[in-house]
Amino acid sequence: MGLTDQLERDGFLTTTIEAAINWARKNSVWPMPLGISCCAIEMMAFAGPRFDVARFGSERFSFSPRQSDLLIVAGTVTYKMAWVVRKIYDQMPDPKWVLSMGACASSGGMFRSYSVVQGIDQFIPVDVFVAGCPPRPENLIQGLMAIQDKIQHSKGRLIERSTPELVD
Amino acid sequence: MTSAERLEQVKNAVLPVLAGHFGSDTFSITEHRNELSVTVPRERLLEVADVLKNTPSLHFDMLKDVCAVDWNRRKQRFELIYNFWSLDFNYRLRVKCFTEEKAPHVDSLVPLYGSANWYEREAYDMHGIIFDGHPDLRRMYMPEDFLDPVSGEPLYPLRKDFPMMGIPGSLPLPERKP
Repeated sequence: MGLTDQLERDGFLTTTIEAAINWARKNSVWPMPLGISCCAIEMMAFAGPRFDVARFGSERFSFSPRQSDLLIVAGTVTYKMAWVVRKIYDQMPDPKWVLSMGACASSGGMFRSYSVVQGIDQFIPVDVFVAGCPPRPENLIQGLMAIQDKIQHSKGRLIERSTPELVD
Repeated sequence: MTSAERLEQVKNAVLPVLAGHFGSDTFSITEHRNELSVTVPRERLLEVADVLKNTPSLHFDMLKDVCAVDWNRRKQRFELIYNFWSLDFNYRLRVKCFTEEKAPHVDSLVPLYGSANWYEREAYDMHGIIFDGHPDLRRMYMPEDFLDPVSGEPLYPLRKDFPMMGIPGSLPLPERKP
């Protein structure tokens, strides 16, 4: 018997509160777009009508880190920019996830040079790396689905408690 | 007009004026792909730019770019290249000069060309060339405190003796906390 049949018969479903919270969270991931180079163009296509990330509940791009759940780092991160990325990450409320989009953010990409950080996981924790230079929007959607999978299987709590930190 | 004819036109206009002011033995010319380059002594650079800008028959009123080249040799290590353009006559001219490795000083062209300000700051940032008379000679792209962590000397990343992947500890990263 499927869930739909059960819902039609009984008018209610039983589940755990964690599963319900995770289900709600994974279908309303608000991304913080950090488009710092050409990957941002593919990220815009990912949000636009052709690829339409609204199908996954992430159409609401939040241009404030304080109202977002997922940080999409789309582009080359230089040592100067690393401090900005870190500050935006620190401003996001818990729970939060990070998606490293493309070769540059994940490993420095073709910029094997003194000024470019060779992978953003050196200064922020990354949940999903998306390969490509730049990745196709489908690939980014795949990355978002991997995040959703991670959220669904995480240990959901009503209130995420983490050590509060002062952000200057 | 072909580019070869254009080159002849620029040579006929520029070279007599420069020879008249500085003598024909103070500068040397090279031609490559129908473009004219004039190499001048470093001490005369400001005067040459002044003549090029203020002679009515030339009127090179735009400085399009300033670049520096590190030739990685003991003498005359750094080369500076100035690209001028005359909007009135559509003349293009490249002026070059060389500086020494120790304390590479050149006169700033900011008094003549406002566009030289940021070009020279960039050359200072990347090659460490000191432009005398520049109003605001600060780094452009790299952090102000981009220093060698051991010796404390300022680093200039486009010099040939700078390692491609940089010097560990010269550029700090935020700490990964969680």
